[in-house]
Amino acid sequence: MTVETRLDDLGGTGRAADPTPPATGLAISLRGVRRSFRTAAEGTIEAVAGIDLTATPGDFLALLGPSGCGKTTLLRILAGLDRPDAGEVLLDGAAPDPGPHTARRLPIAYVFQDAHLLPWRDVLGNVALPLELLGHAAGRCRSEALEAVERVGLADAIRRRPAQLSGGMRMRVSLARALVTRPRLLLLDEPFAALDEISRQGLDEQLRSLWIATGMTVIFVTHSIAEATFLAERAIVLSRRPARVVLEHALDLPLRRDAALRADPRFARETGVLQDALRRGAEAGAAEGAR
Amino acid sequence: MRRLAARVAPPTATFLAGTLLAELLIRALGVSPLLLPTPSAVARAAWSYRETLLPALASTTGAVLVGLAASVALGVLAAIALAASRWVERAFYPYAIFFQIVPIVAVAPLLVIWFGYGWRAVVAAAFIVSVFPVIANALAGLRSVDPALLDLFRLYGAGRLARLVKLELPWALPSLFTGLRVAAGLAVIGAIVGEFVGGGGLGVVVLGAMRQQRTDLVFAAILHASGLGLVLFAAVDVIGRIVLRRWHWREEIP
Repeated sequence: MTVETRLDDLGGTGRAADPTPPATGLAISLRGVRRSFRTAAEGTIEAVAGIDLTATPGDFLALLGPSGCGKTTLLRILAGLDRPDAGEVLLDGAAPDPGPHTARRLPIAYVFQDAHLLPWRDVLGNVALPLELLGHAAGRCRSEALEAVERVGLADAIRRRPAQLSGGMRMRVSLARALVTRPRLLLLDEPFAALDEISRQGLDEQLRSLWIATGMTVIFVTHSIAEATFLAERAIVLSRRPARVVLEHALDLPLRRDAALRADPRFARETGVLQDALRRGAEAGAAEGAR
Repeated sequence: MRRLAARVAPPTATFLAGTLLAELLIRALGVSPLLLPTPSAVARAAWSYRETLLPALASTTGAVLVGLAASVALGVLAAIALAASRWVERAFYPYAIFFQIVPIVAVAPLLVIWFGYGWRAVVAAAFIVSVFPVIANALAGLRSVDPALLDLFRLYGAGRLARLVKLELPWALPSLFTGLRVAAGLAVIGAIVGEFVGGGGLGVVVLGAMRQQRTDLVFAAILHASGLGLVLFAAVDVIGRIVLRRWHWREEIP
């Protein structure tokens, strides 16, 4: 789905009302990516075994697979925090480069499984951190951090420290910290897994509307079928370790999604498709292990 | 205020009861004052020799504070250097342990040869015994930084200095204060031993009183030294609480 059609769906309310210039998402292409690790306990572990994956600019991809199947490794490779042993990673046609050359760095943001905030900084200070590290002036850091905090609905908590926040609020700070640089690619690694169901659904809805408003490419790793279905445009089901693609499936659901969708028959149908694929992936992995 | 009283009252009560019990027992058993003077005799000695004890206490305190400051400054720098790479740590950390295992009593004469009699040798002794807990705890703190946060700093291209100042040092602060509490007590021990050989301070008062068989004065000097250690420990603790309040500031979670 292109950015234009999405704007039409919104009836012009989203982008037109937003004063920030629209970011265009990064295009992603992975070909034959492999990565293995040597461990003392189990010898060499193959985390990712020949993954092919593409995402168009502005795509929302859910990577669905059992825990410990190599999804995190894949995300780290995409972020340039880890290098594949073999294969090709292209973001807008270039290899990711986490080096110290700010000018060449692609605007990528990463949200971890837990909030991972600096405990001695307040909400605003935590959200401003990426801009500080990129070397922006203090005034700009502050104003853009304020804006990002407002986007996740924490404007009245900017002076609180992480220890004074609930788990859901902390995760929203983490999300704001990722959004503050206006990333063109947002990588999320089971970000809401530790939250209660209601907070999690609320954050899923918030993330979905942030994606609609910004046009960035999003890759969301999860082991929850319902979450993948609710959030993504496309779901990629991965097998047990080493990760292989079992199914690549475009989710046939409306652009605007709210809590009512979870009770929709279309939602149930799509989760069923993913469920089957996930089971096949687990069996394939088990058969491989027995071999 | 009431909470403070609740914390101070029990140890004060045990102290008073213990002192009273010691006074009565020593008197009842007729122990020689050469072996064990009564608490009241110690108090009298402390009062009548106040013009010897207080300047000695001031001198020891000065040496301890300077030694401790050197431990913090050099210990943290050493920890930063050791944390720079696994290779550096493997190459140099075993020698840092030297500071922990060195018998300070044996080294003190060497310090006098190097620094001469007086204050500098005492400061060096206080430094040597107190630097290791600072190095060890600061290093543990620097090493324990959340790997996800290191990734975050890498993702945004943070340089070494930004990583150190904005992440590693603040992260290591709670651990550093743990080391400082230990170091404060050790620095007093180091200074007294240094004074035995290098001269000055409470160490010399203890030695002089011992030679004159003034056990009451020995006790009075020991009490001054212990009091110094206790006050230092408490001061480090209070400063730590104030500095680290941000870390644990848990209240009114909505």
